[in-house]
Amino acid sequence: MSDVVMRATDVHKSFGRLEVLKGVSLELTPRETVCIIGPSGSGKTTFIRCINHLEKIDAGRIEVNGHLIGYRERKGKLVEDSEKNVARHRTEVGMVFQRFNLFPHKTALENVIEAPVRVRGVPRDQAVAEAEKLLERVGLLEKCGTYPAKLSGGQQQRVAIARALAMKPALMLFDEPTSALDPEVTGEVLSVMEELAHEGMTMIVVTHEMGFAKVAADRVVMMDDGLIIEEGTPEHFFEAPREERTKQFLSRIL
Amino acid sequence: MHGVVAAVDWSIIKDRILHPDSTFASALWKTVYIAVVSQIIGVLLGLVAALCRMSRLRVLRLLSGLYVLVFRGTPVIVQIFFVYFGANLLFGFDLFPRNLSFGAFAISGAIMAGITALSVNEGAYMREIIRAGIDSIDKGQMEAAKSLGMSPGLAMRRIVLPQAARVIVPPLGNEFNNMLKTTSLLAFIGVTEMFQDADIHYSTTFKPVEYFAAVAFWYLVLTTVWSFIQAAIERRLAAGDYADELSFRERWAQAFVWRMRI
Repeated sequence: MSDVVMRATDVHKSFGRLEVLKGVSLELTPRETVCIIGPSGSGKTTFIRCINHLEKIDAGRIEVNGHLIGYRERKGKLVEDSEKNVARHRTEVGMVFQRFNLFPHKTALENVIEAPVRVRGVPRDQAVAEAEKLLERVGLLEKCGTYPAKLSGGQQQRVAIARALAMKPALMLFDEPTSALDPEVTGEVLSVMEELAHEGMTMIVVTHEMGFAKVAADRVVMMDDGLIIEEGTPEHFFEAPREERTKQFLSRIL
Repeated sequence: MHGVVAAVDWSIIKDRILHPDSTFASALWKTVYIAVVSQIIGVLLGLVAALCRMSRLRVLRLLSGLYVLVFRGTPVIVQIFFVYFGANLLFGFDLFPRNLSFGAFAISGAIMAGITALSVNEGAYMREIIRAGIDSIDKGQMEAAKSLGMSPGLAMRRIVLPQAARVIVPPLGNEFNNMLKTTSLLAFIGVTEMFQDADIHYSTTFKPVEYFAAVAFWYLVLTTVWSFIQAAIERRLAAGDYADELSFRERWAQAFVWRMRI
């Protein structure tokens, strides 16, 4: 096992003429949890979407477990990879979305077993047994047969976490997982994530929840205007942020 | 004598409705199976065209657009005549021979040509309906499926299309209602479906009111029976546990498709 789970090097990304990422580099070692904070429009979400190639990068490179993501090297140049390879590499990266994106025509259990059965070819019985364990872990075993429409936002997001974990990813990405939730249910989602972090899952979390960062993050990264402008331990950010923009941002959200 | 040009012979209408003869029964059967087969092929063609419309390959997208342009932009009767009379000359051989037999099952060349024209025409309308259905599904569904390592094809089949089907079914039902009636155009290439049957009786008796009223009644029976079946299907789909009501996007897509058709 390599000592780097994810390595992004000088990643650039533009939408039309708007440059959203202007050279982002970040490395994650196994079992590490990194929180990305920053004002909206700073490129945090775009950056983690690039990590599983939901967005194509324009320059730079992203590797997960040593594989290039979205591209392959041919004669020293990067060319876009086949959809089959992209799909295969995505199985190593789990993603949890702001708006959950559960499959509404499937029950909680079916949501969780869909990819293991269809993509990994896990026998259904085994997938069900594993899914039940995962749903138990997020506290929703009794909701196995329930459709997403009948679950609260917090419950849906916990099912979404279980669904991503079912593929046994090496890295989990969380895209503002609690910002679409009612305040009273963010806690249940954050505590599931906190447990995951403590169990040693490698995670990147885009979030404004500094309370979560404080208890779960090994490192906090501040992004602004398409660049990482400051990084350090959560304590560093609470006690002595260096950059003026970081101070301003923190004073607004804390 | 008192302004009545011709007296309606009610006994003919009654007889046509209550005691259909075997020729008529066979004509009715033709109408039904031509409509069903053409609709099924039309849906499949529409699905293929809708997927081409979303392809990464430019040439497939262009072909799909051209298909809709041509077949929605020209009268279906022209398409029927073109296929039946024109295609043979164009290709230099009989695309549709007089009769085809598959073992015990024989089918006339006119019916083959008719089914071909109707399905290809229907496919163009179905492409738009299926495309609108797929577009109505939140983009996050495809992204979530991809993020789990599903290929675009698998994600389409397992995640997007089953959800789009709910949106597609109501306008699809309307299409089939139309199809039942449009089969009457095949009378003009000699298919002895219901309208042709009525037309033959009219031309031998010169009693248009009786025979056309009777055949109108039978079309009404077919479309009414279908509307009950359609309502039952829609009720079943709506009764699914998974969503108590359609989302705004789905409603909008439906309304859009309906208006386009009208």
